Amino acid sequence: MELLSGGDMLVRALHDAGVEYIYGYPGGSLLHVYDAVYKQSHIKHVLVRHEQAAAHMADGFARATGKAGVVMVTSGPGATNTITGIATAQTDSIPMVVICGQVPSHLIGDDAFQETDMLGISRPIVKHSFRVTDPVDIPEIIAKAFHIAETGRPGPVVIDLPKDMTMPNERFEYNYPKKVKIRSYSPPQRGHSGQIKKAVDMIMEAKRPIIYSGGGVILDKSSDKLRELVDLLGFPVTNTLMGLGAFPGTDERFLGMLGMHGTYEANVTMHHSDLIIAIGARFDDRVTNATSKFCPDAKIIHIDIDPSSISKTITADVPIVGPVGSVLDDMMALIKTSETQVDAEALASWWKQINEWRPRHGMRFEKNDDGLMKPQEVIQAMYEATQGKAYVTSDVGQHQMFAAQYYKFDEPNKWINSGGLGTMGFGFPAAMGIKMNFPKEMVVCVTGEGSIQMNIQELSTCLQYGIPVKILCLNNGSLGMVRQWQDMNYEGRHSHSYMESLPDFVKLVESYGHVGIRVTDRDELPQALEDTFNKYNDRLVFLDVKVDEKEHVYPMQVPLGTMRDMWLNKTERT
Amino acid sequence: MSQSQRHIISILLENEPGALSRVVGLFAQRGYNIETLTVAPTEDESLSRLTMTTIGNESKVEQITKQLNRLIEVVKLVNLTEGPHIERELMLIKVKAVGAQRAEIKRTADVFRGQIVDISSSVYTVQLTGTSDKLAAFIEAIGPSCVLETVRTGVSGISRGEKVLSL
Repeated sequence: MELLSGGDMLVRALHDAGVEYIYGYPGGSLLHVYDAVYKQSHIKHVLVRHEQAAAHMADGFARATGKAGVVMVTSGPGATNTITGIATAQTDSIPMVVICGQVPSHLIGDDAFQETDMLGISRPIVKHSFRVTDPVDIPEIIAKAFHIAETGRPGPVVIDLPKDMTMPNERFEYNYPKKVKIRSYSPPQRGHSGQIKKAVDMIMEAKRPIIYSGGGVILDKSSDKLRELVDLLGFPVTNTLMGLGAFPGTDERFLGMLGMHGTYEANVTMHHSDLIIAIGARFDDRVTNATSKFCPDAKIIHIDIDPSSISKTITADVPIVGPVGSVLDDMMALIKTSETQVDAEALASWWKQINEWRPRHGMRFEKNDDGLMKPQEVIQAMYEATQGKAYVTSDVGQHQMFAAQYYKFDEPNKWINSGGLGTMGFGFPAAMGIKMNFPKEMVVCVTGEGSIQMNIQELSTCLQYGIPVKILCLNNGSLGMVRQWQDMNYEGRHSHSYMESLPDFVKLVESYGHVGIRVTDRDELPQALEDTFNKYNDRLVFLDVKVDEKEHVYPMQVPLGTMRDMWLNKTERT
Repeated sequence: MSQSQRHIISILLENEPGALSRVVGLFAQRGYNIETLTVAPTEDESLSRLTMTTIGNESKVEQITKQLNRLIEVVKLVNLTEGPHIERELMLIKVKAVGAQRAEIKRTADVFRGQIVDISSSVYTVQLTGTSDKLAAFIEAIGPSCVLETVRTGVSGISRGEKVLSL
């Protein structure tokens, strides 16, 4: 029998849960725990410069690996600084365990120094939360937290840890549970066979089908099954912003991303389809446009592990509640043994129609005659330079959409962005979390001069730990997406969308000990990319690329319209 | 869109600190409304039974039940209004009772199977149990002008027949 203090138990339990990295920041209420961290060598702790970045680092790690990222912060401001990061993870269903210090139990409620009601503040944005009320419970709570965070529809779990739970001189028996059982929590393991049968019947009857898949496919590690399904059926595929990479971006059957900034062919194909197979996607407002006008002819099969995602905004004809992978397995088994076949003739003429739609927009953009680049061509050049193999994180805005549109992701877990909450400042720390876990891989953060400044202090963390991520800053000197909307809807009144007084990013990163490269002309870009990925392979490189501030993201759905109502450029509407 | 109706949702909840706040918080967070709410431990002390009434159309109430089910501490729930059920609410009501009113109120309370549980020289306190409609009817019958104070527990409910909500 082993006797450990609460602080030691916590660190030991994290190790037993398979944790390698903790992203965190110490403080008064966590000093006992940090002492326990100091005394061991299994788990590496990464000291960030702001707690929000710790949450995003853990999040990036989780999105790339599928394992829960771990955050450790002190009470009060340490805890509240993680809120944006927790909400980001919750909205995109990312597994995360956040351990927050708390003032000693006897002070809770007294407005003590650095006391805040973290459980209350975080309640609407967590999958679940715990407060430790007895040190003996620490191993079990840790095990439960990881179980809840990683299973079912994943999400963040907060653990509130009062300081007196971690006293170094009070020792308790340590037992890490081999198995976790929570009687009120049992995520579905399989889809309903009757519903799957109905879905297969519908698939066989479809004349104009489309597969619409989302982040759920990646979360359930089922990209290979999605690919198998498409091989089996030959249906066209579109991915949501969160689902990019689940199906190869370079495959002929891939129509590109759908939704507000989706491709013309993806949105038009959706609109005219007679069957939508939604897999791990949630029909959110950035996909559907006006729900009342959504795909008028389509029957809908909706596969999701979370019943509350089904028929929330768009009513499903055949709802299937279950893990994507298991449902697809069952579905494919039925398809393979089915007496009826996919309507090949109808499918051939559907593909003919789709291929006629494809060239209409073709993601074309006009390059400037002078050397001032369009953001799209920078992404294309970066795609070439990385051979499409990089992990690409992004912040939020135009650069995010350009990256999603012009970087063709062939693999899942490689496109990392805050799709749901839309958190500026996410991309850089997320990239750090990924790079630490995959040191040999290229990790690029595509950002803008607005977003990067929301967590730029982490340049210091990168120096401390040697984290050579690449930062590609599409610098148009303004908050591009805000500016675009102001151009389109506010007669070009650019209210507070300028980023005046920008720093000299090259000097700034150099002062942190990294490499900065400024590119202002098209001719300079190839060499700059070459240097970024080869010459300075083992250094953090900040590539500050001047791009045309007048460029808009297209296609863009016309608000309150159907899926197919789009602006294709500044003057052409569908 | 289907009609808005009153629904009684009955929940078995882990009897743990913070569990109730998650349920209530969910309603605020997602813009659902709570008409009544009553909660107490069950015969199994590890569980609370919570009954709430809410108003909404079918799809809204479906979302409410799905969202409630996502809460880890919700063990089971049932929408009682979907089947035959019994619902009760308890009301304590203080009414002005002087002169001829005293006999009249006593008679009305008897008709409604209410009990007078406290008496002073000018006030009766009546205890009444029944559906929410019945309690409202009582107030109507004695005349709202003589009501001094009311307190209601909110609806509790249970399914009829064999159907039980348990672990």
